[in-house]
Amino acid sequence: MLPTTIPLDYYLILSAVLFVIGVAGVVTRRNAIIIFMSLELMLNAVNLSMVAFSAFSGDISGQMFVFFIMAVAAAEAAVGLAIVLALFRNKQTVYVDEINIMKW
Amino acid sequence: MSLQVIMFSVFAIGAVASAVFTITRKNPVASAMSLVAHFFMLTGLYLTMQAQFVAAVQVLVYAGAIMVLVVFVIMLLNVGKEPPHPDRSGLRTTLGSLMALVLAVMIGIAVIARPTGRMDLSPKAIEIGTTEAIGQSLFTTYLFPFEAVSLLLLAALIGSVILAKRHVKEG
Repeated sequence: MLPTTIPLDYYLILSAVLFVIGVAGVVTRRNAIIIFMSLELMLNAVNLSMVAFSAFSGDISGQMFVFFIMAVAAAEAAVGLAIVLALFRNKQTVYVDEINIMKW
Repeated sequence: MSLQVIMFSVFAIGAVASAVFTITRKNPVASAMSLVAHFFMLTGLYLTMQAQFVAAVQVLVYAGAIMVLVVFVIMLLNVGKEPPHPDRSGLRTTLGSLMALVLAVMIGIAVIARPTGRMDLSPKAIEIGTTEAIGQSLFTTYLFPFEAVSLLLLAALIGSVILAKRHVKEG
């Protein structure tokens, strides 16, 4: 039998599933840009649970945090992609397993 | 079945499917397009929780600004399909998926074992999700973090210009 309204747990479990998909992307992929996109997946999963807690408890703080997380994510996107660009210019690759100059 | 349940089901299935597409496609452009779809699904989920402002900002910032930047870099670097790893290619995927699965079980236990009872959408949700309420809070309680974020964005702007700049030898 299906519920008539969605309880908080459903949003939290969905958020956990999305976060784990993001983690799987980070640890399995080699392309730095796709790893970067998986990071965005993880950030968005956390945002989802923050909005859920905010809306279900009637407190605005969660949504303010989401606003600030989005600003930090935008800054991170700009800097991260600039690093990928600089890396490609030096090593001619975006695959992280070929970037091993710091490997002992 | 109410509208909220139908919308949640549609957007939740869409969000998980597009997230899986994002991490499994070999072509980075296909990944990026799946991620745009994922952001729109999340926008729908925010709207089921009456968070209108966050939904609008999600489309503007993520689906708009950040994804344009990602697609721009993919096009600029001309990244093609990912070639298979020369050796031990299966090990990375197997071990990585296994670790992710362990993490999923741990988070699942933490969510399900929560001792509080069933929680439903607060009746105040429709008031706190508006731009007015967020703006009120942003310029009173959260004024200092707001200013700090503007400084952070300036630092990111300068940092990314310096990082991505082509270094020309002088003289």
